[in-house]
Amino acid sequence: MLSYALRRLLGVIPTLLIIVTAAFFIMRLAPGGPFDQEQTLPPQIAANLEAAYGLDQPMLVQYGHYLAGLLHGDLGPSFKYKDFRVSELIARGLPVTLTIGGLALLLSVALGVALGMAAALRHNAALDHLVMGVALSGIAVPNFVVAPVLALVFGVRLGWLPAAGWQAGRVAYLVLPVVTLALPFIAYLARLTRGSMLEVLQAPYLRAARAKGLGRGALLRRHALKPTLLPVVSFLGPAAAALLTGSLVVEQVFGLPGIGRYFVQGAVNRDYTLVMGMVIFYAALILLLNLAVDLVYGWLDPRIRHD
Amino acid sequence: MTEATLGLGGGGHWAASWRRLRGNRAAMAAIGVLAVLLVAAIVGPWLSPYAVDHVDWSLGALATAPSPAHAHWFGTDANGRDMFVRVWSGTRVSLLVAVLATVVSLAIGVAWGATAGYLGGRVDHWMMRFVDVLYALPYMFFVIILTVVFGRSLFLIFLAIGAVGWLTMARIVRGQALALRHREFIEAAIALGLPSRRIIARHIVPNVLGTVIVYATLTVPQVILFESFLSFLGLGVQEPLTSLGRLVAEGAQEMESAPWLLLVPSAVLAAVLLCLNFLGDGLRDALDPRQR
Repeated sequence: MLSYALRRLLGVIPTLLIIVTAAFFIMRLAPGGPFDQEQTLPPQIAANLEAAYGLDQPMLVQYGHYLAGLLHGDLGPSFKYKDFRVSELIARGLPVTLTIGGLALLLSVALGVALGMAAALRHNAALDHLVMGVALSGIAVPNFVVAPVLALVFGVRLGWLPAAGWQAGRVAYLVLPVVTLALPFIAYLARLTRGSMLEVLQAPYLRAARAKGLGRGALLRRHALKPTLLPVVSFLGPAAAALLTGSLVVEQVFGLPGIGRYFVQGAVNRDYTLVMGMVIFYAALILLLNLAVDLVYGWLDPRIRHD
Repeated sequence: MTEATLGLGGGGHWAASWRRLRGNRAAMAAIGVLAVLLVAAIVGPWLSPYAVDHVDWSLGALATAPSPAHAHWFGTDANGRDMFVRVWSGTRVSLLVAVLATVVSLAIGVAWGATAGYLGGRVDHWMMRFVDVLYALPYMFFVIILTVVFGRSLFLIFLAIGAVGWLTMARIVRGQALALRHREFIEAAIALGLPSRRIIARHIVPNVLGTVIVYATLTVPQVILFESFLSFLGLGVQEPLTSLGRLVAEGAQEMESAPWLLLVPSAVLAAVLLCLNFLGDGLRDALDPRQR
């Protein structure tokens, strides 16, 4: 198990290298540059700027420099946010994004799994249909509709919660963004858990456990819970990566200083290093989370062996 | 239990699936609503006397609410353009983009997955490793770069979305093809000396079609959502064309003063997505009753 984890961890490095290389060249081959503006710069200033950031050198040399920087944990300077290193930018926004994303993750797992199990246990009853109907609407309505509507209703009309802002993470300011972010994930998890549990409940070993007179609670806890969670856990890997890298929409609507906006802004502005930093962050996160998922798999289902 | 619910009515797999689907009220209702929306999207823009980009100055105000006093059945937007025409032509664009992107992603995904799964071994290993690497690259990154590289033409947007969206399909099909390749009928085909290309096209692909159809109905709403997200960012379709996502994003900015601008396109968007999801669930139950 430990050696499996170590081997997988080592396997992350070449994968990351391929990703870094692909992202670097795709980004550079896109037309336009970080210093394009409405007014064209005088050629000498443009040349000086490019020289200062090393953009005048051949692509391969720049790539080499970037990799050398990476080895030292340096993601380079941002092209758009002057005087900021990319790692500084990410470090600034990360606490915000991690707080909101982490809470949303907890909320969606707790609620999604609970609702899905409740629906499965009352298969085809009113509760089942209600939960699945609500879950479908949760998936069908985009978050850039949910976010402003929640802000308008609870923030402006009812005035129960602040409509936007961060305020060093005061609880009242967290509620609306966390709920907005969690809604679609609650919906997906509820559907996934319900489907998986329905299948598990029909398994012969559960019938056997029931036949030997095991109570409902013990039956669920000891025999049904773990196998039910298998597909849920595999969805959690990408879901957690999505939540923890932040959401542009939620950050924009609720005015949060997180890292979600860097991706899109960086790509549109050709802020090469910022986009690269975010790609590396996202890719590393998803690779590690997938590894974690595989390890949890082994615990949930001992038949899955890692060797 | 009747024969029909067991899928034993004869007439083969597809006929039995169709019977099961017909028994699913939610899925049939979804097909009905989708048909109505489709017709509305096709003929809707022609029913109104206004053009998509016509600004109606005669009303005195720009964003006017729906009212029987004038022929703007859904009101007008912040620029004084008729919302009825814009909503239905937006629906048309959204559906077109979604269906074409789905077709592109299915074509690539099915070909890739079936080839990897059928050939197996080292080819499979490297083909799927390639998919893994693309998986770890954020989807958004690709699409944004592609829309930036190729400009914002409608055609290229769905090509871009489709070209990136095939990964999950490839994984699903590969898994199924892996299971199929040792079945007797495939071995018979090999024994008859058929070339791999023909076996994949004639024997592997038809056998994974059920899964592919189900996944396709669930991909269309995802693409619509993604296109609307791009439109929200301002990277989607461009004026004078519009899409449901773009209308919703514009409506969200005016929702306090002109709520109909948000409500009408949101309702159509939600209806399309809900119906496609219901249909997808129904198809899954119908085509593969084991997974119910």
